[in-house]
Amino acid sequence: MIRRSVSMSVTSVAATVIVWGVCGWSAGPCHGGEPGSTQQTAAVAARRVVKIYGAGGVRGLESYQSGILVSPAGRILTVMSTVLDSDGIDCVLDDGRRFEARLVGIDPRRELAVLSIEGADLPAFDLTEASRVSAGTRILAISNLFGVAVGDERASVQRGVVAAVVPLEARRGAAEAPYTGEVYLLDCTTNNPGSPGGALVDSRGRLIGMLGKELRSSASGIWLNYALPLDELVRGCDAIVAGTTPAAVAAPPSPADLRLLGIVLVPDLLDRTPPFVEAVLPDSPAARAGLRADDLVIAVGTRSVASRDAMQRAVGGIVPGDPVRISVIRAGAVVECEVGPRPPENSPARSAP
Amino acid sequence: MRSNAAPAVAMTMIACLVRVADVHGAGVDPVVLDAQKQRVEAVRRCASVAVSIFVGEAGGGSGVLLTRDGYAATNFHVVQSAGPAMTCGLADGRLYDAVLVGIDPTGDLALVKLLGRDDFPCAELADSDLVEVGDPCFAAGNPFLLATDLQPSISAGIVSGVHRYQFPAGTILEYTDCIQVDAAINPGNSGGGLFDARGRLIGVNGRASFEKRGRVNVGAGYAISANQVRNFLGCLRAGRLCDHATLGATVSSGADGRVVVSDILESSDAWRRGLRYDDEIVSLAGRPVRTVNAFKNVLGTLPAGWQVPLVVRREGRREEMLVRLAGLHAPAALAAIVAGQSGSDGKEGDSQPRAAEPPRPDLPVAIRECYESRAGFANHHFNIVERDRVAAALAAFRDTLPAGPWVLTGRLATDDEFRIELSDTSATIDLPTGTSALASADDFGRSPVPPGSGGMLGALVLWRRLVIEGPAAVGRTIYWGTAPRQPAAMGTVDAADLVDVLESAASGVEARFTVDEAGRVVAIDLWASPDDDPCEIRLTWPAAAGQVRPMPVRLDVRRGGEPFGVFHVDSRNEATAGRGDVP
Repeated sequence: MIRRSVSMSVTSVAATVIVWGVCGWSAGPCHGGEPGSTQQTAAVAARRVVKIYGAGGVRGLESYQSGILVSPAGRILTVMSTVLDSDGIDCVLDDGRRFEARLVGIDPRRELAVLSIEGADLPAFDLTEASRVSAGTRILAISNLFGVAVGDERASVQRGVVAAVVPLEARRGAAEAPYTGEVYLLDCTTNNPGSPGGALVDSRGRLIGMLGKELRSSASGIWLNYALPLDELVRGCDAIVAGTTPAAVAAPPSPADLRLLGIVLVPDLLDRTPPFVEAVLPDSPAARAGLRADDLVIAVGTRSVASRDAMQRAVGGIVPGDPVRISVIRAGAVVECEVGPRPPENSPARSAP
Repeated sequence: MRSNAAPAVAMTMIACLVRVADVHGAGVDPVVLDAQKQRVEAVRRCASVAVSIFVGEAGGGSGVLLTRDGYAATNFHVVQSAGPAMTCGLADGRLYDAVLVGIDPTGDLALVKLLGRDDFPCAELADSDLVEVGDPCFAAGNPFLLATDLQPSISAGIVSGVHRYQFPAGTILEYTDCIQVDAAINPGNSGGGLFDARGRLIGVNGRASFEKRGRVNVGAGYAISANQVRNFLGCLRAGRLCDHATLGATVSSGADGRVVVSDILESSDAWRRGLRYDDEIVSLAGRPVRTVNAFKNVLGTLPAGWQVPLVVRREGRREEMLVRLAGLHAPAALAAIVAGQSGSDGKEGDSQPRAAEPPRPDLPVAIRECYESRAGFANHHFNIVERDRVAAALAAFRDTLPAGPWVLTGRLATDDEFRIELSDTSATIDLPTGTSALASADDFGRSPVPPGSGGMLGALVLWRRLVIEGPAAVGRTIYWGTAPRQPAAMGTVDAADLVDVLESAASGVEARFTVDEAGRVVAIDLWASPDDDPCEIRLTWPAAAGQVRPMPVRLDVRRGGEPFGVFHVDSRNEATAGRGDVP
């Protein structure tokens, strides 16, 4: 029995190699790219991939990602991320042309975003043929990985195989990823800075998915190489364009204590994320105390807090009913806010708008 | 337990490919079988030229054989801690002593020589400018130093990007114009070959983007292009500590996307040739420049000292100039970096897959015989080897030359007559503007005659002395390396047309002699003073077929980018030159 299983695995390796031979390995140089060759498929698909530059640049947060052109007039699909949290989002096309992009909208569940640039007759992927592919499909992943390509330098092309089609169970930092539908798991290292938003194409160059954000498996903690299937992209894109998804980012889950006060901090993305206030829930104790979005919390009571975690610990340490005094920096000045007594744990929480 | 999983996997793949061919050959499309056969053959070729380098107890990396007599390329950062001696394994299962030959610390290249055979298998160097994104590729090497059985690991992938620029990450190692691949490049792969689908060498692997997973492949490895290796190979064979080039100017990208000169040193050759602020760079060394990265890419592939064409656009006009590239580092600074006073560090992010530094062992006898330490050289022994080779080529040509004084007569482009006489003790040149003379004891630097030439007569005297008496007769002479035969034609002719260059210092001047494969001097550059423009003489020889003529047919003399004169030499000189008669 053991011998039989070994010989099976050898056969399957051989089969994979043969498929390679047929589809991708043309003999000798094929300069200019023969039709159907990997070279030509990559060249055609890469023209539809854009490099996106926005906010970031601090440790652990890159300021660049990838996107794909989905209409000749300049509609670009990419992943929703902090890179887009910028007044000036720049998109650099394969030919090196640089456009300022407008954020059309986002799909918080699929973590997709649609951008728009003022273009005409741009090379674009066709979103209408949205069929699924199965495990074993050979793919090319084309992206702005590590930001190595700039200007008119072509996006990076990697080769691989769809290893499985499975529901996504993943997390970013402590937070679970909001999308839990099916994804393509890839036998191709695509989980790299800059790759999210890149194109996943089949051996004929047809778009089959988009490289997802950097996530780890909830179960094992390993970084996942995955892509969102095309049909999900189409639904997300349609909803964004039709305006049927929430226009604002849904408040990320915040620990109970802070949510009870009406404070939403920025997502926990870094080792020591500074305790910036992302939003203040309307009609909450924090709102009444005058706390505002973009305030940087520096102290809770007499305890200085340098990180999001430290702030949570400080608030958690206050006995319910005791007053909460929060010091923040706003426009360069220290402002003190008396948030009032800490509510008990079981008081009804306000939901995010 | 010895870990040799990777080569085992590679071998299993080959074995099963072969088996499939045998067992299922009848039912499989011939196209598939052909592709498979080609791949098996390519992998066999990659493996046969792959070198597993072991340095001391803990260190090592990979290399790739370039010549039958055992010259192999690797990374500078692989040999940096090795000293002159290392042990190399080949797929034939044997260990060879190897000696360091030359290093290029900025480009992260090194040349070593395996000893003991003159029939090593060697890689065919391909034209890496023809590599395209999507091309299949193989990396062969010694990842994680797994090749304890001397069998290299082969990883397959595709070319992910070409002409990539990777800025120095905390080191001086700059990867310019490199090839990006998704074939696995891991620590230990450094210095190994990157091959195309036919097993031809397209690059030398050396760098990878690492991120959050530690120092393992994440799908982005980088190889120094084969064309860059080819450009530096002559300088490396010279046993030198090679430097990269600077134009003496920095460029930046203008608002309209043009690449313009943003700063320039007035002491640079580029400045003297007329390059100015805000000039738009159109091309360098025959390659178009559309981005700052493209400029850095071209420059990074060129050794310091080469003369290359530069095309700029200024106020709507194209200007072409030949520019000499200066060294990126002061020689002492480069030597200090090599000595490890600054240089590689263990920074995160993009970095070199290098191993721990081992203690330096005593030199084996075989190494001692081909190693000589000298300032400015990685191994001066090989400079003598190459100098002697060029001297032998010059000597072979010598027999066809007249023994006594050389007399060259003919007409200038202006149709005026000229006469040049060169002898052991004196030299004279008669021009319409007057007669100039030099005695061999003269300090050529103090009397660069004829006036305006920058030292043409001195250059010709040294040429005759080099040809008749050999390199030792023209002062302190080293083998410099190789340079393009015709710099002006770079990018339009075969870029691989590189010829030998000797460099000498004597009689108060410095001179460079470019010698072709037939042993003929085709260019002489003479600096009467190091900071001034040299006298440049280009010698045109008759086509070899049918006609035996020992003297050039034409001398083009230039200085500072301006022609001094074009000398058409009479063919009747061959009859008279030997006797020194006045024609």
